[in-house]
Amino acid sequence: MAEKVIICKDLTKQFGDFYAVNQISFEVAKGEIFGFLGANGAGKTTAMRILCGLSYPTSGEAIVAGFDVYRQQEDIKRHIGYMSQKFSLYENLTVLENIEFFGGVYGVSRKEIKERSDLLVKDLGLEREAKKLVSDLPLGWKQKLAFSTAIFHRPKIVFLDEPTGGVDPLTRRQFWDMIYEAASSGITVFVTTHYMDEAEYCDRVSVMVDGRVEALDTPNKLKETYGADDMDGVFYRLAMGAKRTGD
Amino acid sequence: MEKIAVSLNHITKTYDKGKVLAVDDVSLQVKQGELFGLIGPDGAGKTSIFRILTTLLLANGGTANVAGYDLVKDFREIRNRVGYMPGKFSLYQDLTIQENLDFFANVFGTSMAQNYELIQDIYDQIKPFKDRRAGKLSGGMKQKLALCCALIHKPEVLLLDEPTTGVDVVSRKEFWDMLKRLKQQGITILVSTPYMDEAKLCERIALMQQGRLMSVNTPDNIVKDFPAKLYAVKSKNVYALLIDLRQLAEVQSCYAFGEFLHVTLKSDKVDGEDWLRHVAERKGHEQVLVKLIEPSIEDSFIRLMNEEE
Amino acid sequence: MKQLFIFIRKEFYHVFRDKRTLLIMFGLPVVQIVLFGFALNNEVKNVELLIVDKAQDALSGQLTDKIRASAYFIVEEDPGMAYTAIEAKLKKGNTKSALIIPANFSDDLKHGGSAQVQIIADGSDPNVAKTIVNYLSRIIGDFQKQVFATPSIMPYTIVPEMRMLYNEEGNGSLNFIPGVMALILMIVCTALTSVSVVKEKEMGTMEVLLVSPFKPIMVLIAKAVPYLLLSIANFTLILLLTVFLLDIAIKGSILLLFLESTLFIITCLSLGLLISNVTASQQTALLICLMAMMLPTIIFTGFIMPLENMPKPFQVISNIVPSRWYFLIVKSVMLKGLGFQSVWKETLVLFGMAISLLFIALKNFKIRLQ
Repeated sequence: MAEKVIICKDLTKQFGDFYAVNQISFEVAKGEIFGFLGANGAGKTTAMRILCGLSYPTSGEAIVAGFDVYRQQEDIKRHIGYMSQKFSLYENLTVLENIEFFGGVYGVSRKEIKERSDLLVKDLGLEREAKKLVSDLPLGWKQKLAFSTAIFHRPKIVFLDEPTGGVDPLTRRQFWDMIYEAASSGITVFVTTHYMDEAEYCDRVSVMVDGRVEALDTPNKLKETYGADDMDGVFYRLAMGAKRTGD
Repeated sequence: MEKIAVSLNHITKTYDKGKVLAVDDVSLQVKQGELFGLIGPDGAGKTSIFRILTTLLLANGGTANVAGYDLVKDFREIRNRVGYMPGKFSLYQDLTIQENLDFFANVFGTSMAQNYELIQDIYDQIKPFKDRRAGKLSGGMKQKLALCCALIHKPEVLLLDEPTTGVDVVSRKEFWDMLKRLKQQGITILVSTPYMDEAKLCERIALMQQGRLMSVNTPDNIVKDFPAKLYAVKSKNVYALLIDLRQLAEVQSCYAFGEFLHVTLKSDKVDGEDWLRHVAERKGHEQVLVKLIEPSIEDSFIRLMNEEE
Repeated sequence: MKQLFIFIRKEFYHVFRDKRTLLIMFGLPVVQIVLFGFALNNEVKNVELLIVDKAQDALSGQLTDKIRASAYFIVEEDPGMAYTAIEAKLKKGNTKSALIIPANFSDDLKHGGSAQVQIIADGSDPNVAKTIVNYLSRIIGDFQKQVFATPSIMPYTIVPEMRMLYNEEGNGSLNFIPGVMALILMIVCTALTSVSVVKEKEMGTMEVLLVSPFKPIMVLIAKAVPYLLLSIANFTLILLLTVFLLDIAIKGSILLLFLESTLFIITCLSLGLLISNVTASQQTALLICLMAMMLPTIIFTGFIMPLENMPKPFQVISNIVPSRWYFLIVKSVMLKGLGFQSVWKETLVLFGMAISLLFIALKNFKIRLQ
């Protein structure tokens, strides 16, 4: 049995009498690409915030990268990477300055930053843009660079919150190539997305409805179970039953 | 002869004193009563085109007509005749549904009662919540309200800039159903979206990338124009297969599409399916499945992008 | 017209549904008035004073009693204290000031015709020190007048002539009121107006409004009218607070005061609209309002630091700050009870500013996006 890097048991977050996250339980193995789906307001963001050590659950247990979400938030933060569509890089810093900054934040040594960033810039084919401001890069490159910085400190888990929103289909695929590469190097990928075809790229997918994990399996098994041709159909069927709406 | 509701002739738009080229010589015609889609990722120039068509921005070059009026000369006429939903449009969060509707009706010099039949279909779905503030509505309901607001003065042309972005699958489906019904009422609709799967819901589409139109046609024709045979391939380990296939000299392109890989070959083979299966198995892949498939809009988009480069 | 009315009604919905706006609008005046009226009062009261009366006779006793009777000092007496001890006490901050009456005080005064007393004040706070010295000198001066009741036999009286630098007119909270009024109106009008316009830009609603047949200029007017009314209400609140909480009477015409204030409010609203024309986010708008409006109002209006004491260039700059003129008008009308004939010049300047700012704001309003 592979090492478990995320273990959730009956995790609950309550706001007043509203259960944003309602007793969710699941485990994610090392090197797994775990898709975390759900309609707006299903509780995805809240659950993700807890797992990233940004907010406390009301009840239940969760261990992320071997650390407890109640007591070891700081340790969790040091061992994960995070990237979202909304914020990932400083637009008014150059490519290299961004890498240096985020590397420094996670305590990567100066020497290592230098070595790894040279390599990274070369891998991304950004040699000519390394000293340019991030704001001058096309969106697709920004997203790729953002992902690279998120895993720069070699975290155990990387959380991706709708990383490919608004990106062209070609870049989206290149982005997923990078995700696969990271996963095969042992980094666990926890990803939310609005693109249902991307759900198919995941090893396993969970679908949240009204604060609960309504379904969790490999994409193929889910399609079988719900008699759908694609993940779109699976999601549609599950989300149709939602009572709760909201952002 | 068909009437043209929206036409752009060599429209160009730059920002930052010409440094950023947002719209690059775009010419396009939307027929009256047509449901036309602008398909492209962020930064393709969709929003700039909408703002030019709504007279909010002046183009740096080219001319355009909306509902038969010139964009620059008759901008007031145009403002009376278009319904517009901006990309980041979020209504007045602190006003109720009813108050929002009344307000926008007033701004357009009309009342809800006057064009009720047009919005009735959509309004009925949010009517039970009419005293709820817009800020407390779900994404889907907000979208319906925004559409009502854009329709309230019975516009001739409806311009919707990414109405389904950030909205979940269920709401997106409902929204497109509403657009189809509106089309039946004779309203010309120009809608943009970054979701390729929504393209097939339009009558005609323009595929956009970096300010340029790559192709304008019906979704069917765009797919038909796909110049090569397209194979869907999968095996037990899809990622390893992707890497292996890309290394083959005969393979032109190979991209992940859902659970499959979509592959084209440099020169079409009669027995492409067998060849691919053979190659994959020789590389040690198990449970290899290969089939010849119809390309999707997304396949075409990627193909066109590669050709442009 | 009906369109405009509905638009204005919508603006009122926004204001009354947003607790933050309401708080800024009506909480701010209360806080400011109380703060400036009471706490920042630059009168010196209840200062610790150590009296070392080495004379210990009837006359020195009378002087001590007189000082004790004034509201300014908390008197502590220690006739035997040595000079070094006094200094130590001052140094430690155990007292703010000391008055030393020499042993031969009465004799010197009666026979020699002049007596010396020593006043020591903690100069680390020069303003307070000067004020203390000033108060004490006055009390001593009064005391002399009392002791030598008839003016004819007052050959030796020394009346210390001192100028109170930082509060020349000698009144405390009085001078702050017009300044606070200017400050509050400035903040409320510019900040709230600009933020409410910029918010529509942020939410995307401005795009829809611009694309509507509703005239763009009307959007601005519809935005300005509610804030004009609210600001006048706000001004009324400030006046009420001033009269009933701070016990300051309005000496001049209330009508004139309202008209002048309306003029100032229009100036501020125009500034707010102007700011909203050139900014795209609420934060930027707020920051500009705070930095570019509030600071100059505080510095160049003259209610905290007198303009006369400023370097010449600052005095010149102060002329373009609207609140400076409004401050002069309110001071004249409200505190001195003067009529329009005494403030027409200032009114004219303010009027000119209002008209030109309004013109620039309307002219600058973009009917398209940039």
